[in-house]
Amino acid sequence: MSKSLNLYVGTVAGIGLLLVGAYNFADRNVADYPENPQMLGELPAPIPEPEAPVKTAAAPEAVDGGIIGAAHADNGDSKGLRFGLGRGALPEEIAAWNLDVSPDGTGLPAGSGNAYDGESIFEEKCAVCHGSFAEGVGNWPKLAGGDGTLADEDPLKTVGSYWPYTSTVWDYVHRSMPFGNAQTLSVDETYDIVAYILYSNDIIDDEFELNQDTLPEVVLPNADGFIVDDRAETEYSKWRTEPCMENCKDAPAQITMRATVLDVTPEEAVEEPAATDPAPEPATAADPAPEPAAEPAAEPAATDAPDPELVAAGEKVFNKCKACHQIGDGAKNRVGPQLNGIVGRDIGSVDGFKYSKTMGSMDGSWDAETLAAFLANPRGTVKGTKMAFAGLRKDADVEAMIAYLSSFSQ
Amino acid sequence: MSKETKGTSRRQFLTSAAALGAGAVAATGARAAGPDPLITEVQDWASGFGHGVDEVPYGLPIKFEDDVIRRNVEWLTADTISSINFTPIHALDGTITPQGCAFERHHSGAIELSKPDYRLMINGLVDQPLVFSYDDLERFPREQHVYFCECAANTGMEWAGAQLNGAQFTHGMIHNMEYTGVPLRTLLAEAGLDAAGDFKDKWVYVEGADASSNGRSIPMEKAMDDVLVAFKANGEALRKEHGYPVRLVVPGWEGNMWVKWLRRVEVMDGPVESREETSKYTDTLADGTSRKWTWVMDAKSVVTSPSPQSPIKHGHGPVVITGMAWSGHGKITRVDVSKDGGMTWETARLASEGQDKALTRFYLDTTWEGEEWLLQSRAMDETGYVQPTKAQLRDVRGLNSIYHNNCIQTWHVKANGEAENVEVS
Repeated sequence: MSKSLNLYVGTVAGIGLLLVGAYNFADRNVADYPENPQMLGELPAPIPEPEAPVKTAAAPEAVDGGIIGAAHADNGDSKGLRFGLGRGALPEEIAAWNLDVSPDGTGLPAGSGNAYDGESIFEEKCAVCHGSFAEGVGNWPKLAGGDGTLADEDPLKTVGSYWPYTSTVWDYVHRSMPFGNAQTLSVDETYDIVAYILYSNDIIDDEFELNQDTLPEVVLPNADGFIVDDRAETEYSKWRTEPCMENCKDAPAQITMRATVLDVTPEEAVEEPAATDPAPEPATAADPAPEPAAEPAAEPAATDAPDPELVAAGEKVFNKCKACHQIGDGAKNRVGPQLNGIVGRDIGSVDGFKYSKTMGSMDGSWDAETLAAFLANPRGTVKGTKMAFAGLRKDADVEAMIAYLSSFSQ
Repeated sequence: MSKETKGTSRRQFLTSAAALGAGAVAATGARAAGPDPLITEVQDWASGFGHGVDEVPYGLPIKFEDDVIRRNVEWLTADTISSINFTPIHALDGTITPQGCAFERHHSGAIELSKPDYRLMINGLVDQPLVFSYDDLERFPREQHVYFCECAANTGMEWAGAQLNGAQFTHGMIHNMEYTGVPLRTLLAEAGLDAAGDFKDKWVYVEGADASSNGRSIPMEKAMDDVLVAFKANGEALRKEHGYPVRLVVPGWEGNMWVKWLRRVEVMDGPVESREETSKYTDTLADGTSRKWTWVMDAKSVVTSPSPQSPIKHGHGPVVITGMAWSGHGKITRVDVSKDGGMTWETARLASEGQDKALTRFYLDTTWEGEEWLLQSRAMDETGYVQPTKAQLRDVRGLNSIYHNNCIQTWHVKANGEAENVEVS
């Protein structure tokens, strides 16, 4: 815990000093928690501790609320006022949510993995964004490389070059990855993937068994690269001075750089008539909907134009896909191919998109049936697809999605 | 119709400024060329009806203001799911940010979590781990406070030089709202803190219910001080994009710690060192070492008008320079304004006395005769800290920082009233 102690030396000297005007907060917190919390001082009267039965009533939805509530109520002793609200958390509930992993390995579940096994899992679940070698795709995070660049003008910050703790990689992959499909990796898959990321950074070899015991022992190259906030010493002491008001510079200020030269500022759209206009002009076509979605489908599809309600529902479902797919005017290939005209399009046929081997070599075209199967179970339907998405669970969502997709022609 | 009333984009501005010509920008008090038909003729709105009540059960701003919206800088992030947009601070006044245009920052999208589905767990080093429903939270004694929430990356794109041409983009990762909620210490006390022992080396780990969970570690000292578990902002429920139904408010500290959709608070004996507090939200110095746990947002200010998106559109004579100032260390006590790039300064008027860790509005009521300005503002807080220049920051930190850029901003106001983001010597 020496790190924590350091923190307090640093922050009490720095931040603490600044808050002196508010309270003497070191005293307040080192001492026992006040019986009547300070903020309650303004209430007309202390709120009496409710009787145990009241507590039970207060948590009617509690699982075993009565028993746990009562235990909780009996415990209203030294530190602070208790209201008897809430219910006891059950061990299963704590286990389900308490997933965080600390640098010393606390919180790591039993399991194991290695980079050799991790390679194929990484390829399947991670490479669409992070690249087959963890080198990153486009603007998505690079996980490997950048060794020795931290003092350079444009440092490359990766797990290998920047992250201080292996535990953080495990914790994050397990809880928040894959992007859009979090909390679907098994414990062993997580060990495999983390091993592969470490291997890609030349930190372990491909046979190293990563498990709850070995993981905390894998020290990352930049583990000692961090210092606790030192602004109090390096900055505040300099900048708490009486400011200059006149003749503050040796020479008149000259412009040394202009934002318009770079020209990276988004243009403010030259707006079409306000879509939210509450009083539209008498019904004419003067208020064209901006999205082609609302346009009547072009000639061939005219007979089976999708139901607008279904299209609207599909548009909502499509939010799940937006991270990787574009559709509509100007849609481009991103992590996934652009989807204009997908219904009726040959499978694996968008120019310039690198499909998985399976998808690229498939015959036939996407129709309602093939799309429905794929959307419900992408990896089960097309083995080896790069699409990491787990699939739409509800049939209604699949139907709405197909309606939405079919509203965009080529 | 709405075209004439649109906010002025840069292009539009240039055309209209050219059309006016220097002579036409008359000062106040000039005689009109002829009677104004808006006065001499009966207008439709003075004769017929407006909308009845209930036309809009929940109102949006009038259509003439529909350019006052959040905006995104597409090239900043790989997609909009894990991304940020910017508050239109150039078009706002006062201090309270309306929720509907307050910036958004998500790590895996804004989720829809209902009150009945909401659960908050307190666990770890507590006497009795607890689960609260949303209704439970509303039964604890509440507090109200106005606080600013600023992303640590606000102004981050400006480290290397003047980049984005607009206060919205350079300084818009901030909002300021009045929160209603329960102090975190009240909930911790409810779970019992005997088990935590001495608070001095204890932390709380807080996380959200969304897929990113965005976990952060907060020292117990702060958790027991002013951290709020908030469920209302500006008098109404939080918006989805700001963590409905419950978010954490960590006054004065970087926005990333204000966990949205708060689902769990764990009392721990050390920091988790999560992704958000190691690989992100750490500050790399010139020599390659990095600061961590840089939580406090230092004093900062910016002139919001005139600014690139809010040029001077009227003639010479009176002009109001306005902007906002804030400090994570406490109250703003003073704001100075310079028109010559920092050579001379005059003290601006604060619209009201500074509030603890909240935005303060400042005004400088002055005149403009078409001279060029290098307009700057400089905030001071109650600790005596004076907002630094970019050069001062670079001297200490080098050029590789991303977060915590609180430097003095310069707008170049030109003879035609247009303003540009510039860097000065």
